[in-house]
Amino acid sequence: MKKQKERKTIQQWLLIGISMLFFVVMLVFPLIEVLYRSLKEGFEIYINAITAQNTLSALRVTLIAAVVAVAVSTFFGLCASWLLTKFEFRGKQALSTLIDIPFSISPVIAGLAYIMTFGRMGWALPFVEWVNDLFGTDISLVFSVPGVVLATIFVTLPFVSRELIPVMQAQGTAEEEAAAMMGAKGFTIFRRVTFPHIRWGLLYGIILCAARAFGEFGAVYAVSKARGKTFTLPLEIDALYMAGSADSITQAFAVSSLLVLLAVVLLILKQLVEYRGKREQ
Amino acid sequence: MNTTRKWKKMVKRSSAVALTALLLMGSVTGCGTKQSKGDSDTITLTNVSYDPTRELYEEYNPLFAKYYEEKTNKKVEITQSHGGSGSQARSVLEGNDADVVTLALAHDITLLSEAGLIDSNWIQEFESNSSPYTSTIVFLVRKGNEKGIKDWGDLTKPGVEVITPDPKSSGGACWNFLAAWYYASRTYNGDESKIKEFVGKLYDNVLVMDSGARGATTTFVENGQGDVLIAWENEALLTLEEYPEDYEMVTPSISIKAEPSVAIVDENAEKNGTQEVAKEYLTYLYSDEAQKLIGEHYYRPCREEILNTFGDTFDLNIELCTIDDFGGWDQAYKDFFADGAIFDEIYSK
Amino acid sequence: MSTKRRKRRKRVLPGYGLTLGITVAMLSMFILIPLASVLVYSFGMSWAEFWELITRPNVVQAFATSIGCAFVAALVNCIFGLLLAWVLVRYEFPGKRLMDGMIELPFALPTAVAGITLSRMYSDQGVLGRFLENFGIQASYTRVGLTIALVFVGIPFVVRALQPVLTKLPDTFEEASTMLGAGRFYTFRRVLLPELMPALLTGFGLALARGIGEYGSVIYISGNSEKEGTQVVSYLIMQKLNSGSVDYEGAAAIALVLLLLSFLLLLFVNLVQIAAGKRTQQ
Repeated sequence: MKKQKERKTIQQWLLIGISMLFFVVMLVFPLIEVLYRSLKEGFEIYINAITAQNTLSALRVTLIAAVVAVAVSTFFGLCASWLLTKFEFRGKQALSTLIDIPFSISPVIAGLAYIMTFGRMGWALPFVEWVNDLFGTDISLVFSVPGVVLATIFVTLPFVSRELIPVMQAQGTAEEEAAAMMGAKGFTIFRRVTFPHIRWGLLYGIILCAARAFGEFGAVYAVSKARGKTFTLPLEIDALYMAGSADSITQAFAVSSLLVLLAVVLLILKQLVEYRGKREQ
Repeated sequence: MNTTRKWKKMVKRSSAVALTALLLMGSVTGCGTKQSKGDSDTITLTNVSYDPTRELYEEYNPLFAKYYEEKTNKKVEITQSHGGSGSQARSVLEGNDADVVTLALAHDITLLSEAGLIDSNWIQEFESNSSPYTSTIVFLVRKGNEKGIKDWGDLTKPGVEVITPDPKSSGGACWNFLAAWYYASRTYNGDESKIKEFVGKLYDNVLVMDSGARGATTTFVENGQGDVLIAWENEALLTLEEYPEDYEMVTPSISIKAEPSVAIVDENAEKNGTQEVAKEYLTYLYSDEAQKLIGEHYYRPCREEILNTFGDTFDLNIELCTIDDFGGWDQAYKDFFADGAIFDEIYSK
Repeated sequence: MSTKRRKRRKRVLPGYGLTLGITVAMLSMFILIPLASVLVYSFGMSWAEFWELITRPNVVQAFATSIGCAFVAALVNCIFGLLLAWVLVRYEFPGKRLMDGMIELPFALPTAVAGITLSRMYSDQGVLGRFLENFGIQASYTRVGLTIALVFVGIPFVVRALQPVLTKLPDTFEEASTMLGAGRFYTFRRVLLPELMPALLTGFGLALARGIGEYGSVIYISGNSEKEGTQVVSYLIMQKLNSGSVDYEGAAAIALVLLLLSFLLLLFVNLVQIAAGKRTQQ
């Protein structure tokens, strides 16, 4: 590294300069705009906005959804990446492509997907009602907090597996196979042999997944309609922005800054994780 | 023997899978058990409405809750939902548990009644066609009105930049279109080709076509686009109150009486046991207090004597056509906004 | 029979059935079955109706806009993504850690916030919009703005795809080439680019797939004008759903085409990855 520093040429500075410029214009400017507009009307309005009842309720729902989505995505990611990196089987490519679908699906469709399955017109509604009758509950899987959770799961499902697959692929199967030959049981192999290798990749995936879960709008918007009950932070921001008065727009940006803050904290965390992971290697 | 062992293995495996899936499903749904409706003393009522009524219902709900508690000794808690009128109606169709709907146009409610959610007779259920408040379509221009916009005709002049939402995705924007159409049909004595040309020119001048009324207001006010915003009167007045130095409102000579409709969603209300309170909720919109509140939020109260007290706010001399001049909403929708109907014909030219 | 046995023998490791079962079950439960329930609506149409709908001028135009803008945005992302990744991996400079950490901001920022912020910044009243106006470019409410929003959304895909590959690529590689007398550009084109190609294509494919389906961040900046050709496919789907007649069939049909497109793109990305994997193994 040091050697490179000494012989940094004009061209290198130029490359750094251009990428810095791109970075600042594309990523930093929008961030500054959000922060600037949220504080424009003074600190008091800012505090009021982020401690409003609706905001707190939205924060709660957002956290619930993110935690469940991360748990599901992690469990899924571990299973899927074990399957896709340790075994050869027919249809592997198709399966791995199907796993990536949420990355590219239009969020508009994602929300509608659950509505058409569990909603009033959905074919699985009788099943939901049957379960409700059985347990004497009144759970609805759309237009409710569980609906929000499901929609969040939809968009975040592949995040952990996406991070784990390359790591596990690079690692190969030799170590695990040796352990298996020596008679180690499945879970022990995973815990003692695989896990230490993928620890940082896993954490990285979890953090990315959480970041995405915090920010999801389109899919959740379709299944969440009650402000102060099932709204998440992005929906609350949209509602405030759409309320149209100058105050509420400032409030919208204030709540956005809360979300951005959350995102930045996560990204810094991710950075630390990566740094530690690299050092251990 | 081999096969039986295989079978056993498979059964073992699949049961493990099923168990995991069930556990997961449980963990997903368990955490968010919905509070059951209709606790002994607090009733929950869900009102699914459209965007620009946000502020109105924010104040109406506590007013109603107070009235209802005094009258029946029961507490009522109202959950609000806002969005584009069409998408709100669709959400109810898809299972959004609304007890009452208060939407931008009757057509959206008809949609629900066709699906069996609402009694087909809903329009007679409350006074004045189940529209406790009305509004009309006006222009909002920047201070000074540099382009000299006075009436619909000025919007077709070259160089005038108009902001109005997309009638194909926003119910409110349908009113805008129909108001312009009605003006043209009066001007050209119903000569359809001339009317189409007029409205076509107007839509040629549209600079940004947002997906909803609130989006259009934001484009005009926040992002500073365009010379004139075709807006609901209540939206225009609200913007004036917010930024008195920056904008002026222009009332055209002819406009349309926009009637937002309200209805009880019978299927849900019966299931939730909220029929009675829902009816009370909508009826109370016609009371003196509520009508006054409605006027203060720049909607025109449907009761004449209260509307007249707001003579300073509203231009009561404007000539208003109604949706009946177009043969009712269903007809108007078919003629103008369905795929391949007049709007498509004019706009894609 | 013999191949079957060989396959069996390969699976020394436990958990094949279990992980296969869980993966397929969860994938079906959360993704595939719900998706199928939407797409089934499009089967209500006859083939002729379906064809008539998706070849309508405005539908074709929306697909052209979405694909075109996403394509341009993905290209821009490839160029700048390569640059960013290169700089982040190879050079030390102040602010590097910050830059590296913020690359994923577009993932984390709610799309609606991003869209609103961008539309304001690039309108002729905003900072960047005013700057661009000097060159006669109007950004907000045109395809330019649309593309900018998609660049914003897609940048992390490319950078994150390239970074690991670049890290693994030793400096000596280029040094050898330079020593042998190759020019800088020649080195880049003949030595580096082939190595980076799979990763670049992966990033390109993912950014493109995401861009084609994007809704929240483009809806405020695009202006949604049929005439200007700034309606995107997602907007059209929403229009079908929110219009007075709630056209589920039409929406599902367009969604189906969109889904097929992105599936093909992802398949392409995956195939590129396997090809790359095979090459490194050899």
